[in-house]
Amino acid sequence: MLKTLKRVFSYARPYILYFVMTVLFAIIGVSLSLAVPVFIGEAVDCCIGKGDVDFDRLKKIVTTLAGMVVCSTLFQWLMSLCTNKLSFLTVRDLRADIFNKLERVPLKYIDGHTKGELTSRVINDIEIISDGLLQGFTQFFSGIITILGTLIFMMTINIRIAFVVVLLTPLSFIAASKITKASHDSYMKQSKLRGDMVALAEEMAGNQKLVKAFVYDERAEKRFAVINKEYGKIGTQATFFSSMTNPTTRFVNGLIYAAVGLLGSLGAIGYSSVIGVMSVGKLSSFLAYANQYTKPFNEISGVFAELQNAIASAQRVFDVLDEEEVTDDSDKAVISDRRGDVSFRSVFFSYTPEVKLIQDFSLDVKSGQRIAIVGPTGCGKSTIINLLLRFYDIDSGTIEVSGKNISDITRDSLRSSFGMVLQDTWIFTGTVAENIAYGLPDASKEQIIEAAKAVYAHGFIKRLPQGYDTIISEDSGLSQGQKQLICIARIMLMDPPMLILDEATSSIDLRTEHKIQKAFIKLMEGRTSFVIAHRLSTIKNSDTILVMDNGNIIEQGSHEKLMKENGFYSKLYNSQFAS
Amino acid sequence: MKKLLKYLRNYKKELIFGPFFKLLEAIFELIVPMVMAKIIDNGIGNNDSSYIFRMCGLIVLLGICGLAFALTCQYLAAKCAYGFGTELRSALYEHINKLSYSGIDKVGTSSLVNRLTNDSNTVQNGVNMFIRLAVRAPFLVIGAAVMAVMIDVKLSLIFFVVAPLISVVIFLIMRKTVPMYKRTQQKLDRAAMLTRENLEGTRVIRAFSRQKEEIDEFKEAVDDIADCSIAVGKISAILNPVAFMVMNLGIVAVIWGGGLRIDSGSLTQGELTAFTNYMTQILLALVVLANLIVLFTKAAASANRISEIFDILPEECGEVTEINKKSDNILEFRNVSFAYEKSGDESLSDISFTLKRGQMLGIIGGTGSGKSTLASLIPCFYRVTSGNVLFAGEDVNDYAPDVLRRNIGYVPQKAVLFSGSVRENMKWRAENASDEEIISALKTAQAWGFISQKPDVLDTRVVQGGKNFSGGQRQRLSIARALVGKPDLIILDDSTSALDYATDLALRKALKEDMSDTSVIMISQRTTSLKDADKIIVMDDGKAVGIGTHEELLASCEVYQEIYRSQMNEKEGDANA
Repeated sequence: MLKTLKRVFSYARPYILYFVMTVLFAIIGVSLSLAVPVFIGEAVDCCIGKGDVDFDRLKKIVTTLAGMVVCSTLFQWLMSLCTNKLSFLTVRDLRADIFNKLERVPLKYIDGHTKGELTSRVINDIEIISDGLLQGFTQFFSGIITILGTLIFMMTINIRIAFVVVLLTPLSFIAASKITKASHDSYMKQSKLRGDMVALAEEMAGNQKLVKAFVYDERAEKRFAVINKEYGKIGTQATFFSSMTNPTTRFVNGLIYAAVGLLGSLGAIGYSSVIGVMSVGKLSSFLAYANQYTKPFNEISGVFAELQNAIASAQRVFDVLDEEEVTDDSDKAVISDRRGDVSFRSVFFSYTPEVKLIQDFSLDVKSGQRIAIVGPTGCGKSTIINLLLRFYDIDSGTIEVSGKNISDITRDSLRSSFGMVLQDTWIFTGTVAENIAYGLPDASKEQIIEAAKAVYAHGFIKRLPQGYDTIISEDSGLSQGQKQLICIARIMLMDPPMLILDEATSSIDLRTEHKIQKAFIKLMEGRTSFVIAHRLSTIKNSDTILVMDNGNIIEQGSHEKLMKENGFYSKLYNSQFAS
Repeated sequence: MKKLLKYLRNYKKELIFGPFFKLLEAIFELIVPMVMAKIIDNGIGNNDSSYIFRMCGLIVLLGICGLAFALTCQYLAAKCAYGFGTELRSALYEHINKLSYSGIDKVGTSSLVNRLTNDSNTVQNGVNMFIRLAVRAPFLVIGAAVMAVMIDVKLSLIFFVVAPLISVVIFLIMRKTVPMYKRTQQKLDRAAMLTRENLEGTRVIRAFSRQKEEIDEFKEAVDDIADCSIAVGKISAILNPVAFMVMNLGIVAVIWGGGLRIDSGSLTQGELTAFTNYMTQILLALVVLANLIVLFTKAAASANRISEIFDILPEECGEVTEINKKSDNILEFRNVSFAYEKSGDESLSDISFTLKRGQMLGIIGGTGSGKSTLASLIPCFYRVTSGNVLFAGEDVNDYAPDVLRRNIGYVPQKAVLFSGSVRENMKWRAENASDEEIISALKTAQAWGFISQKPDVLDTRVVQGGKNFSGGQRQRLSIARALVGKPDLIILDDSTSALDYATDLALRKALKEDMSDTSVIMISQRTTSLKDADKIIVMDDGKAVGIGTHEELLASCEVYQEIYRSQMNEKEGDANA
């Protein structure tokens, strides 16, 4: 926990100046504001009664007081400004760092986590660190100063009464911790119930149309009502328990206030031998301190709860930052050859050691050849692509591209010799032109249009409200097919020597699908290509067909060869004509 | 917002007594400085130690009463808020269940979920805080002012300068910062969007070696957040110190003025102490009030979002609850046209056809041609704009929707399963289905093969969305779910797209053999899947451009020929290869 804390503060190091100033301003500002009651007390002592007011002294006190108030205000404001800069700049660096990291971790890591989870670390967790750790820290710090300051002032006024106040302080703590303990259980129960309720609401209301179609509404209502009722019951308890803290500590404060009033008054009327000398003015400033002294305790216990949250968040962020990165390959060679032949030699690979996947796989692809990979959904077709582009590294064997072992060249140069179109399209928020020019940001407008025309995308792009300048995103209303065409145009513009194509899904209508097929064929002209095929009829002309099942390559060869073998492929192939 | 008040009706007592007790506590809190003033003036003034003891005892007593009152109030507040929240949520959920598809479309399902969970919680919290603080804070301000007036009218004028001044400061700063906070949130949302898009496109980004550019863009976004946050921080940081300053300068004025009043004998020393005390109380109460305003603004916005849902009228219901099981036609469309509420254009125009019991109807056409829309009119998900849809001889609008839908098995395009066991999922259509019925449906849907191999068979857990099954398995399970209890009609809305040809074929065979009495409507992109249908409707741009059997359409319908040829070309190509 301490290590995590230290590490967060190491991010604050560049802003150490703000930190120092925060502390400094806090000390000055808080001390000044704490001195105010002393002067108020002295002022009260100047006004004894009718005709007995020391106006000369009062004037001095009042002007000093006003000056102090203004100064204290100024310093507290400056303190807030420094805290702000400190926390927001630190958090900014942390955020940039974690994003940076996400670009460098192996794909395995990203595939192994949900996107929502990782996004939440970059956004929410860091927000919690900002609120809890950094801002909490200053609150904590000024709280401590307030407590120490009031104690010192109280002691200078009357050490014995101050001692009584210190003795009574734990009451507030004990009460608060008892309440926290009592409320903790019901709080945990409440948050679990809330989670259940949200999950049920997401499932039911989130699929409301299905609920209606199956007339499941009454049953869903019953299930919802059960959780809802329980949530109401537990929620009442949890909220009541936690809302006890404020009145209870207020009550303890009242006790301290009464004790101070009692002792102070007694001191003022001649029990000074026991209690120490008191005046009415001193009593009134003492009372003011007694009020201020207890307040930070409440705040600090709140800060602790937030701190725990923040440390948990920080831990999650550092977990990401501590992930292993892909090895640095900047010193490796760059492919300059654009021949485009590929060979796999006795390649072994598995995602997890327990489940064997690709074993002793060899394949030679000559420049310009077309390789098709077929098999049922989820059979591991995309594994080959993951290996070829070094999204994952092979366990043993070698893969060569254009005569070079892919582990001896930079990933960037390896990947830039491939053009890749995936089944899951990726459109980022930006204009159509920006999306097409993603791989070649300096492309001219003419080049972009030419690429779009080549893959039959120009027609629909022209009809968009602002043509090539229309802002689009993953869910901006473009059809799956249109998004796919933009992704294909992206590759067309890059003009890579080799291609990897994941064929369009079945949810694309026939006409668009034909367009995409045509675009694919156009793209493949003269290029080495790897095609993941969903429709067998489209890949019959491939030079080699790899048939995969359960992660293994079970058959390999040309269409004719595989049909002759009368195995898995021929069965799969024939089934599409039966009716 | 007013509409939601009725869910408070069972909690009137709490609503009245909660603030009342809080008021009592506040009154007691206000008395304390007065008592202290008396101690100073009478106790110290007259050297009366027993008076001091008595009065300090009184302060403790006031404290105890205050505590009791406050706890009572907190309890009533929690009870009222959660009682209200629970009733509101139940009512809201029931209302959501009554909405028609058009109603759901108006809000969107993700928004429905949000309003049901987050917004209802915000409103609930608002009620809680209202009872706890909405009376206390203003009362403390007013009470402190009244006490001040009672002590010394002339001196209390300072109050009437300071309190509004602090209020104005709070108001001005909030007016400036609230929009700035919103802007900061937008910047944060942008960073979240960039992160999400980046993670979704990791493969593409790395394939294009664009990591550096992505990092730079994100860097810009976080710089923006920092700039915005610091800018708003600068202003909001003024609030506390300035309020503190105004109050303390007020106290300075009180002391100076008090000195004058004491000198003239119209004020005592103790009263002056009490006066400064009330001043502090005002400030604290005003700060609480400012936070309350923010909270209530949020709660009001949430309440409005919830009201919007209540404002959507529930689905219209017909009265027919009997289905004529012996009707000749299971389905008839008579000149049906339909337009979605939002778009003025017709999605379907003038469609007529009939389907006999036990027959199979195929629907084919491109995306956006109206296939799914046509199917969604049958269970009366949407109401026709003109014409009639008749189910078992009766207009679908005249049925009680539940009765109609219980007789139709619907398989949506996207196969969604629900968390729970496979058995629970299979009982969605027929609550009381036996294991035999479920297994028989699973067999027909070609799902029994992989379910029977699971160690827990029907008790196999399904995680939310059915993510622990492959796409093809999910589709088959979602088909089986619709078959349980043998409905009169099954609608398969392009629900076999993830199945390979062999499984697709086996499914169609099994449907025909196992459920010969059930009519089937199958929407598909593949002509091969529909070849055996008794009737095929070819949709193009909302119109039925051809209705007939495969052979008839092949002879007469141009669009069908085109689709068929494009798919057959592939085949012939294969044959030649």
